[in-house]
Parts: sequence; structure tokens; C-alpha cells
Amino acid sequence: MASGSVIDPIHQFQIIKIVELGQPGGVELAFTNSAAFMFGIVALVFFFLTFATRGRTLVPGRLQSLAELSYEFVASTVRGSAGNEGMKFFPLVFSLFIFVLTANMVGMIPYAFTVTSHLIVTAALALLVILTVIIYGFVRHGTHFLHLFVPSGVPAFLLPFMVVIEVISFLSRPISLSLRLFANMLAGHIAMKVFAGFIVMMTASGVVGWFGAVLPLFMVVALTALEFLVAALQAYVFAVLTCIYLNDALHPGH
Amino acid sequence: MSEPHGPAGIIVAQASPGTLPAASGVEIAVPAAEAHGSNFPPFDVHTFPSQLLWLVIAFAALYLLMSRVALPRIATILEERHDRIADDIEEAGKLKAESEAAAEAYEKALASARTKAHGIATETRDTLAAEAETRRKSLEADLNVKLAAAEVQIAATKTAAMANVRGIAVEAAGTIVNTLIGTTPTSGAVEEAVDTAIKG
Amino acid sequence: MEAEAAKFLGAGLATLGMGLAAIGVGTIFGNFLAGALRNPSAADGQFARAFIGAALAEGLGIFSLVVALVLLFVV
Repeated sequence: MASGSVIDPIHQFQIIKIVELGQPGGVELAFTNSAAFMFGIVALVFFFLTFATRGRTLVPGRLQSLAELSYEFVASTVRGSAGNEGMKFFPLVFSLFIFVLTANMVGMIPYAFTVTSHLIVTAALALLVILTVIIYGFVRHGTHFLHLFVPSGVPAFLLPFMVVIEVISFLSRPISLSLRLFANMLAGHIAMKVFAGFIVMMTASGVVGWFGAVLPLFMVVALTALEFLVAALQAYVFAVLTCIYLNDALHPGH
Repeated sequence: MSEPHGPAGIIVAQASPGTLPAASGVEIAVPAAEAHGSNFPPFDVHTFPSQLLWLVIAFAALYLLMSRVALPRIATILEERHDRIADDIEEAGKLKAESEAAAEAYEKALASARTKAHGIATETRDTLAAEAETRRKSLEADLNVKLAAAEVQIAATKTAAMANVRGIAVEAAGTIVNTLIGTTPTSGAVEEAVDTAIKG
Repeated sequence: MEAEAAKFLGAGLATLGMGLAAIGVGTIFGNFLAGALRNPSAADGQFARAFIGAALAEGLGIFSLVVALVLLFVV
């Protein structure tokens, strides 16, 4: 390692074991900072929603408006993408949306850990969605669910290729769903850290560096704003794509 | 957010010139991975089982809390408000219908009053006209009677006057004849002459 | 060529994909804006769709970033 001021943009993703739980069955288990943040997010969301709605007032206050707004927003998204039938998945979509959104936003707090910047977390959430789609699709429609892979109105000689393409596109859904969220959070946080590192580096090199550091400072400010946008947008995109995939389970072979 | 001196990773370093390769202010150093991917936390498989475990627990807890407690609560609030608004709208509609009915009744009353007033006015005019007519007629009759009486009186007065005139004429003629010729004519001759003159 | 050097070169080349994805995202939002200026009343309804399209296009660019990261840290 080099001497001097070293900025390590990867360090923020480090998993720190808080309590080791031994190795049952050869796998290492521990209560980590990631787990602590997950429970923190759950507690934050739950207490916010219950605290905000404690008055149950007819004319909502600020917090209650926010809680109702999040409810209405997700509900309209579900209804718009998956129809009224999709409302049975509303608690799932709402949980996913609020979890991802809160995790992204908590991650924007300096020194906080970003849960969604870990591939295994986003992959687990995406797998949850896609397994829900597959299981519900087969339970509800039986083999008719496979019509999803057979687009209608395609010439017979093209059909095999189309089926292969559809299957591949279906299988790539959980991958793209998880990687999109993971890589967006990862790349954004690395970029912010790198530019923040430039500021430290430049200020270390004297008075001229202080003026030079103004540029990366503006960059960091802009990036922070962009990252807030990305944090909200990726949660929204995650929820919308979940709804679209659930719509496939509800109405296959459209 | 910057925490200096982390373990190996991407190192953006401003190092003392001696230790760096020439012409390189920024060095990206990646040490060889001892364990597979252990130098990049998101790809570190050792942390996967515990992360998965806690994620499952946390997300299950979140799902249960959301679906059992928080979302029904918000849903009831929204439903209550929706019902209340629907009730209010319904009541407003009822009130509006009532006010419209009232306005209609008022309009009707107004129209009937207007026709009534018109009728009363016509009637009054008719009765007044009839009254005026009868009064006029009785007045006319009265006047006719008075006219007739006046005519009779005039005729009587005229006759009386004529008689007076004749008497005066006879007397005057007698006096004149007496003055002129010094004789007094007989009253019968004078009367005859005056009658002839009056008729003539 | 050294294997280590080839790794870094590969990672750098893989990040070109992100620039190409940027073209896709730019096309989507450019066309959305062009359509929105033509018919502003219909723009709100298609806003979510534009973002989904952008997310899908961006996702492919993100894959190339992941390839770069894998080359840097995993291989």
C-alpha cells in the first residue's frame, strides 16, 4: 500500500462481524453490520408508519400524508401494471419498495452501510420476486403458464427461436433485476467516494490545492443529488418491474 | 464518508513521489486475491450465508408487519376518509336536490302568483270598468232627466216670458197709440194686432 | 502480455459498454422529450414507461460495469 492519504472507495462495503455465531454445517454465520442495518430499516419503516398514522385523523398531518402517499403511490403502481387482481400482491410489492427505498436512503447517510450494495441481498430479493411469479403462475394456471413463452401470431418456422429467446429473457429477469439495483448503488457510492478522495488529495497539496479542490467538491455535491435521485428511482424501478413480472403470472399468454 | 486506510481495494493515492512509478499520480492497486473474491466485499462468498439468513428474517418480519399491521391501518384510514367523502358528497347531492326542489317550488309559486295577480288585475279592471260604465250610464240618465226637466222649465219660462212680452207689448202698444193719436184703443184690438205682429 | 495487465485492459474495455448504454438512455429520454413537447397532455401517462425503458437500457450498461468489476476483483 502506498503511503500518504489513501482513499479506499471499497472499504464502505466491508461487512463487519459484530457477533460471531460459529459455523453450523460448515457455513460461517455472524450478526454483521449489514444485518444490523436490515433490522434498523425494518424498525424504521414500521415505527414510521405506525407513528405517522397514530392519530388516524380524517385530515392528515404531514407524517400521515407521507405514509398515505407511499401507500397510494405503490397501490396505483400495482393497479396500473398488474390490474386490480394484482392487489393481492400489494403487501409484497409495498414491502419490497419500502425496503429498497429505505435501504438506499439510509445508505446515503455518511458512514452508514448500504444494504442494497451487496449482490447477495438484491439477488435474494429478485429471486423472491421471480419465484413468486413462477410458483403463483403454475398454481394459478397450471401448464397454461407456459404460454408465456409462446408468443402468439408468430410464423411456425420462427417459433422455436422465439421460444428460446423468451425463455432466455425470462431467465435473465432476476439477474438484471438484482444487478441493476446492486450495480447502481455500488457504482454511485464508489463514484462519490472517489471524488471525495480527490478533495482530500488536493487539499493535502497546499494552498493551490484548496482552490483546485473546489471542482471535485461541486462534483460531489452534484453526485450526491444524483445519488438521491437514483436511490428513489431504483426503488421505483424495482417495484414497477416486480409488478410487470407479477402481471405475467396473473395473465400469461397475452 | 471517507474513511482512510482501509484494507486493500481500489486505492486512489497521492503518494510521495519516490514510491510511485513515474508519471502516475493515481494508482489503482489490486492485490492478488488470496481467498476467492475476498478483497471485494460484495463478491465475498463467506459473508453470503449470514447476510441471506438475516435478510430472510428481516424481510419476513417486514412483510408480516406491513401486511398485518401497517398497511391495513393505512387502508382503514383511507377507506374511512373515502366513505366520509362519499357520504359528504351524497349529502351535498341531497341538499342540492332539496334546494333545487325549493327553487322549483318558488318558481312555481312565483308563476302562479303572477298569473293570479294578472287575473286579479284583469278582474279589477273589468269590475272597475263595469262600475264606471254603470255610473256613467246612471249619470247620463240622471243628466238626461235633468236635461229634460231643464228643457221643460226653459219651455215654461219661454212661454211665461212670451206671455209677459205679449202683455208688455199690448200695454206698450196701447200707451204708444194713446201718446200718438190721443185715443185709447180697445184692448181687444191691441191684443189682436200684437198677436199678429208676434206671429208675423 | 502479462495476465494482470490484460485483466486491467479488459476491465477498461468493458466499461465502454456503459457509454454505449448512455446512448440508449439518451435516445429514450430524447424521444420522450420530443414526444412530450409535441403532445404535452399525453406526457404524464408515459413518464413511468420512459423510466422503465431507461432502467432496462441502463441495466445492460450496468452489466458491463459488473464485468469490469469481476475482471478486477474476482478473476
